[in-house]
Amino acid sequence: MKTLVRMLGTATAAAAAAAAVASIALAAERPPCAVPDNLLFSDSQLRRVGMAAAGERKLTIVVVGTGSSALAGPEGPPSAYPARLEAALTQKLSGISVHVIPLVRSRLTAEDLSKGMGKLLTDEKPDLVIWQTGTIDAIRRVDLDGFHNALEEGVDTIHKRRADVILMNMQYSPRTESMIAVTPYADVMRAVAQQRSVPLYDRLGIMRHWSEVGAFNFYAAGRDNVLAQRVHSCIARTIAALVIDAGRLQMFELKTGP
Amino acid sequence: MDQVLIAQASPAEKVPPLAAPAPGRDLRLDLFRGIALWLIYLDHIPSNAVSWVTIRNYGFSDAAEIFIFISGYTAAFVYGRSMSERGFIVSSASILRRAWQIYVAHIFLFAIYVAEISYVAASFENPLYAEEMSILDFLKQPDQTIVEALLLKFKPVNMDILPLYIVLLLLFPPTLWLLKRGPTLALAASSVLYCLAWKFGWNLPAYPEGEWYFNPFAWQLLFVFGAWCALGGADRLGWLLNSRIVLGIALIYIAFACFVALTWYFSVMSRFLPLWLEELIYPIDKTNLDILRFVHFLALAAVTVRFIPRNWPALQSWVLYPAILCGQHSLEIFCLGVFLAFAGHFALVEISGALWMQVVISVLGIILMVAIAALLAWYKRIEGRKPLARPIQSNADLAGGGA
Repeated sequence: MKTLVRMLGTATAAAAAAAAVASIALAAERPPCAVPDNLLFSDSQLRRVGMAAAGERKLTIVVVGTGSSALAGPEGPPSAYPARLEAALTQKLSGISVHVIPLVRSRLTAEDLSKGMGKLLTDEKPDLVIWQTGTIDAIRRVDLDGFHNALEEGVDTIHKRRADVILMNMQYSPRTESMIAVTPYADVMRAVAQQRSVPLYDRLGIMRHWSEVGAFNFYAAGRDNVLAQRVHSCIARTIAALVIDAGRLQMFELKTGP
Repeated sequence: MDQVLIAQASPAEKVPPLAAPAPGRDLRLDLFRGIALWLIYLDHIPSNAVSWVTIRNYGFSDAAEIFIFISGYTAAFVYGRSMSERGFIVSSASILRRAWQIYVAHIFLFAIYVAEISYVAASFENPLYAEEMSILDFLKQPDQTIVEALLLKFKPVNMDILPLYIVLLLLFPPTLWLLKRGPTLALAASSVLYCLAWKFGWNLPAYPEGEWYFNPFAWQLLFVFGAWCALGGADRLGWLLNSRIVLGIALIYIAFACFVALTWYFSVMSRFLPLWLEELIYPIDKTNLDILRFVHFLALAAVTVRFIPRNWPALQSWVLYPAILCGQHSLEIFCLGVFLAFAGHFALVEISGALWMQVVISVLGIILMVAIAALLAWYKRIEGRKPLARPIQSNADLAGGGA
């Protein structure tokens, strides 16, 4: 028994040391926003985005979402990911005017957001809708079937109006994991994205990846606005990469800069 | 599955179909319920790499099915005998007392949950997670939340199994009565209720919205099926369980489920799953005990009883004893597991979430579960020696009347 305990101790110490070395090495090598391709890209295309960029030379994107698509405070709106996405795409794509409209309303479920989809499409006429949802559904533990149907209906409404859609799932939030079961809802979102051939921005998986490689410390409990802003900046940059990849916009891409 | 034992015990006697279950405990039930409790614990710790070992990653069904089936089996085993010996009223009273105990245990767990989220509410204010923090809104209306919790409508994450079990036990006296009069009729009635629940979307309401995570009208099928097996059904299924064809089908189905489950984690494999098949099988509905899950459990059970006989020598060995011990005190160990999962997650957040820590928390939790089970067994032993101790009935918990 003693030997076993000692062996276990040695093994865990070795594993911890290896993990620490690995995370330091990774943190040193990569820029903080780096994400493996298979976590970000898929085969699903954004055809309307490609057409709008080639034809009208302009791209209107609407972000439909809840609290986690915004940041509080006076410097909140310009530092949240929708505004940063506009900046990132404008910077990366030459000759295309990019406009990102955040339509963020707190505490709405996928069903609530899905119901409002028709009206916002009429009002804003976007080429692309980034639909962030799932968190409130998981908090309120809504019926998974209902969640599934609401997503399908919302996606179909967007497609009928000839707009593209990217689904965005929840944030990785280690401290609330034992209180909010997000996984079943994330699974449903993945399934709907697959069935409807829609790109999924897997915010949950991507943020977990950043946590694992040591890019961010999501365990921090304090009032850290810097962390929130850096995370939103990385989210914006990775969404921009996804839009360019799925919209086949590489031909408009400027070769300079990250 | 009990044919081996029956053949050895009474080769000349024919066992009548409605006979009370054979005396003596089937340690396999305790063993698998103990293992199910461990797996539930591992699955309840969020982001726990160790939960890769649990069966939910390799097929449709998970530890919840094992737990509910065995609970139905043992409830029928214990209260069925009590109903034969002491009548409907006395056995019903014991069943309802058991339901009450489980209710109290559930409310105790709820108190721990409230303590945990209150702590988080007071200490955590990361602006990145302003939206996630709205989970704490429940604390702002304790009048409503606590009353809804007492009514079993408000159920925090991972606290859904005990309310299901309470409802199943409340309905168990008439079910058991019917099972003893006409077992086939009772099982048929249970299946009809399952189908009606699917057809008409019957479920109990939850708070703040939605319905119960484990639909009692659907999951009762597994519980009643377990009870039916305990009251002689398993013997009647003996020819089926011994058939090579059934074994073959079960193994093929388990392999198929395992393949489908792997496509969830390795997207490369999903291209081998044709679209029509995907549309046919998805979504696999846990709330309403999807038929794919039920059949997967049946296949696992059929293979298990085929290869692990009731008198399997390893059941007496020290290696399996810790799991058996946990299975014999399932209500207490289940509650402990829910608490340890909370505490373990807390440690992962406060100390370190590294892989080695996940392993330590997982192993430590199981060791604690075994230690507490051993302590409970010791209590039962010393209290059993007292002259005023109740007769055989006091063994009801031990034999698995428990959750």
